[in-house]
Amino acid sequence: MHKIVEWLEHRTGIQTVIKDFLYEDIPASSGWHQVIGSMAVFSFIIQVFTGILLAFNYAPTPGDSYLSVKYIVTELTGGRLIRGLHHWGASIMLIIVVLHMLQVFLYGAYKKPREATWMVGVVLLLITLGFGLTGYLLPWDNRAYWGTVVTTQIAGQAPIAGPYLARLLGGEGRIGVVTFARFYALHVLLLPPLTMILIGIHVYLVRKHGVTPAVGDTAPRRKFFPEQVFKDTVGVTLGFLILFTLAIVADVPLGKLADPTDTNYVPRPEWYFLFLFQTLKFFKGPMEAVGSVVLPGLAVLALFLIPFIDRGPLVRLGKRTFAFAFAALAAIAWSGLTAAAISTTPKNTEAADSAVEELQAWQQLTPPELEGLGHFRKENCKTCHVGAGKRGIGPDLTQMAAAHRNAGWMVPHFKRPSQIVPGSSMPPVQLTDPQLNALSAFVLKLTPQNEASLLSAPDFAVQGASIYEANHCGACHQINGAGMKMGPALDGVGQRRDRAWLEQHFVDPKSTSPGSIMPPYKFEPQEMDAMVKYLLQLPKAG
Amino acid sequence: MDPENLSHEPAVELSPTRRSFYIKFIYGAMTAIGAALAVPAGIYLLFPPKARKEGDYVEAADLSRIPVGTPEEISFQRTRIDGWKVTSEKATAWVVKTADNQVTAFAPQCTHLGCAYHWDQPTNNFVCPCHTSAFSVDGKVLSGPAPRPLDKYMVKIQGNKLAIGPLDTHA
Repeated sequence: MHKIVEWLEHRTGIQTVIKDFLYEDIPASSGWHQVIGSMAVFSFIIQVFTGILLAFNYAPTPGDSYLSVKYIVTELTGGRLIRGLHHWGASIMLIIVVLHMLQVFLYGAYKKPREATWMVGVVLLLITLGFGLTGYLLPWDNRAYWGTVVTTQIAGQAPIAGPYLARLLGGEGRIGVVTFARFYALHVLLLPPLTMILIGIHVYLVRKHGVTPAVGDTAPRRKFFPEQVFKDTVGVTLGFLILFTLAIVADVPLGKLADPTDTNYVPRPEWYFLFLFQTLKFFKGPMEAVGSVVLPGLAVLALFLIPFIDRGPLVRLGKRTFAFAFAALAAIAWSGLTAAAISTTPKNTEAADSAVEELQAWQQLTPPELEGLGHFRKENCKTCHVGAGKRGIGPDLTQMAAAHRNAGWMVPHFKRPSQIVPGSSMPPVQLTDPQLNALSAFVLKLTPQNEASLLSAPDFAVQGASIYEANHCGACHQINGAGMKMGPALDGVGQRRDRAWLEQHFVDPKSTSPGSIMPPYKFEPQEMDAMVKYLLQLPKAG
Repeated sequence: MDPENLSHEPAVELSPTRRSFYIKFIYGAMTAIGAALAVPAGIYLLFPPKARKEGDYVEAADLSRIPVGTPEEISFQRTRIDGWKVTSEKATAWVVKTADNQVTAFAPQCTHLGCAYHWDQPTNNFVCPCHTSAFSVDGKVLSGPAPRPLDKYMVKIQGNKLAIGPLDTHA
């Protein structure tokens, strides 16, 4: 090991570089307040790392991107964690960057000769916001889509540059493949290397001018390593623990696939942009650009020029009353606007679901219809009625003539096909009348759109529904609008009861529901399994 | 804390125990963070996606139309799960039916490098056009570089219908 290090050192001088970096002299007054910068660099590293991992399983096109994000969080082990780290890491990175800036601002560490360091830092803050803005679109759910619609419209309001900016973002009001590609390119191709270069310059400048010492700090200087590195590490570890906990505990929402025709969705930007969003409400009509572009633009410019506005000599922290007052005022304004934006946000009707399970068409079938699907399978109807828009030996059942779309025509046809359709080569279906009714109920449900989903219904659902029908459960219970309401409706029962409860309930209804008039049912284990599984997946009513 | 106060502290050299505690903490914390990132990343990249509803059988052919003893190439539609995409694709298989109605369905790629082989009527063998691997009618390697017999699909016979499932990995 020692030999390898020596060889490397001789060929590259890497050890000297690292040593120079670590054993840099820092003022004796350095300490805990200066760990935030290291934390910011670390949070950027986390974003790069998790971002690359996400990109390994991500399809950067609208539509597919949504499916691939869903795939990452539902199919891949650890995918939810990686996405959580990236999502919450973005927020944490922004918080850290702002805190870092606040510390430098309060201490007046931007003063001569460190103006350039500060200005590069402001650009890094803007880039961090740019990451948030462009990354927001990439999951391509409703939240992403509608949030970005608003953003690009705002960019379009900028005086003079507006139309060009909108065109550059590929938007001009509409968001599609072009905007998506540009946001993706910015997010993964342009901004990361830019950030790395600027962090490099920033750190170089910090080293060049040295860490800002406190006023009157004349004590002998200390080494950066290991004491300050230790403090930095404590800060980094703390930040990481918070992030990791968030990623595990807090679900990252993935709503429904972006739907440009959805008129119910209430778009909102990410939380750290809410104050801008709220500011906009104070500006009406032609003044709107003032709130959306001019004011934020001036604020950024002011932030950028702070070292030239405040040119007095460095004073001790306690004497920087004006800086403290200014920061407090900004914090109050920001909090107030953000709180106002949150309180005026109506709850989206769309469940911000993390389960991301979409309702399958077959889940909306009634029990008789599902039983009918069982007969459809057993009788091998699909052999001749191949479906999928094609005519096999028999016609495509989704394209039936309207006159045949009723049980009155269909059931006699099942019994004696050639009598109803002269020349038909279909063999008679040997089932009882109730079974034939179920079969016709299913066939009547088929449409070109739902055909594939209906036919993909799992066996347990078909079997469960068949048992349900055979035991006349529908005489008391209702599922998907079919059946009576003597007992409770079973829609969404899986959200109220678990498997053990249901099994016990069948064996001895009174033990789980005192006063129940339901008779006990004895099922074979395999039947019980199918029945309970069927019940557990039932969607909520309406 | 007020840094001005700090500056009045005498700048003492770190005591050796303090120094070694700092260094141990730095290495320990960095290793822990590295592991907390690397382990999930490894799992995320290396574990197979959770099993999805694959392995369904699709009806592929009418057995009465398949001759006894001579392989027949059949094509059928099946669902393919490719990452986040579910597509319906055309697939083919070489089906061999024996006199006692036993059916084997071979995957249509040579086990050497995946070329599409074909049935050579004169020699009564499957022959691969790439590196001249030859297989017998029951899939055994007769000659050439192929490392193993032809891969088979799982099959189910329902009446007169042949249903083809996923590749038989136990064969």
